[in-house]
Amino acid sequence: MTNENNIDETIWNFIDGSLKAEEKSFVENMIDTNNEWRNKHRELLEVHQLMIEGIELEQPSMRFTQNVMEEISRQFIVPAAKKYLNKNIIRGIGLFFLISIVGMLVYTFGQVDWSQPSGIDMSQLSIKKSEYSFFLNNSYLNVFIMVNILLGLMMLDMYLTRKKNSVKHSRF
Amino acid sequence: MTASLTDNEIISRVLAGERELYSELVNRYQNFVFTVSLRYTPVREDAEEIAQDVFVKAFRYLGDFRGDSKFSTWLYSIVNSTSITFLRKKKLETRSLDDERVFEVADNRPAEGFISPTEQKSKLAMVNKAIQLLSHDDANLITLFYKAEQSLEEIGMILAIDPNTVKVKLYRARQRLKEKMEKFFAQDVHDLSL
Repeated sequence: MTNENNIDETIWNFIDGSLKAEEKSFVENMIDTNNEWRNKHRELLEVHQLMIEGIELEQPSMRFTQNVMEEISRQFIVPAAKKYLNKNIIRGIGLFFLISIVGMLVYTFGQVDWSQPSGIDMSQLSIKKSEYSFFLNNSYLNVFIMVNILLGLMMLDMYLTRKKNSVKHSRF
Repeated sequence: MTASLTDNEIISRVLAGERELYSELVNRYQNFVFTVSLRYTPVREDAEEIAQDVFVKAFRYLGDFRGDSKFSTWLYSIVNSTSITFLRKKKLETRSLDDERVFEVADNRPAEGFISPTEQKSKLAMVNKAIQLLSHDDANLITLFYKAEQSLEEIGMILAIDPNTVKVKLYRARQRLKEKMEKFFAQDVHDLSL
């Protein structure tokens, strides 16, 4: 069964013309000399021809093109993504994360006491001993929250403007 | 006059403001888009709705077509995604390549009286009826390969799968089609070989 499937697959590839030169000459030789291969080739070639000639495309209704053109008369072409996606901004975001990760690694390895026999003194890396109050004081938190609220409002404004515009475009 | 224009020439002119030229692209590809839509849903009205949606989406995002691939390849990828989205919305039963139940359903269909005596005589009807017995994945692959003049690489782009996977799936699809033809249309296949 597996052997038969292999023959089928090889012959399909032969019919499609996707075999290498040496494989192709091998199949040609097998078709010429072996009855099983010859019959299989003839059978699959018939199915192949039938699919080329026989598969019919369906037709939509007569008004189809007209319907599409009526629909697109209410639409507008969206500007190409490459026009509004600034690559420098994306690179900038990538650079920010890269610098953050590198900075974090430099800071972490800077904390390691290399004179210790094991290299890393685990007690020095204790989370409890880390000082977060510098980063998580009230002023920083308030600024962080305010910036987020501002960004949220800007996004809401952009969303509502876009929605309003699309309603306007769909009317005309 | 517009018939002599290439797809890319038409697209450039549509983007430059000649919207009415888009109808030429619709005329060129509507049959294929509609046929592929019908592979996903048997209801003609639904298929027409999908096909219309495809052309509207393609128009809206025409600016994003970079011309790296053929327009037809880009368009058929929209057909694929739109049809899947439509099916999800309609919550129709989707059928996957490996869902053997689909084939059980197809295999249990009565062979006698399935096609009319007139159709029995038609080789074309035979292959088209056999395709209807396949899962939409199989039918779609065969249609893309044989009627849409798409290479394995292009089909891979349309379906977002590796070309080697396309090759394997196409092989399986053709084998299943052959089995269906042998099982339900044995007499016709016999006639063909004579």
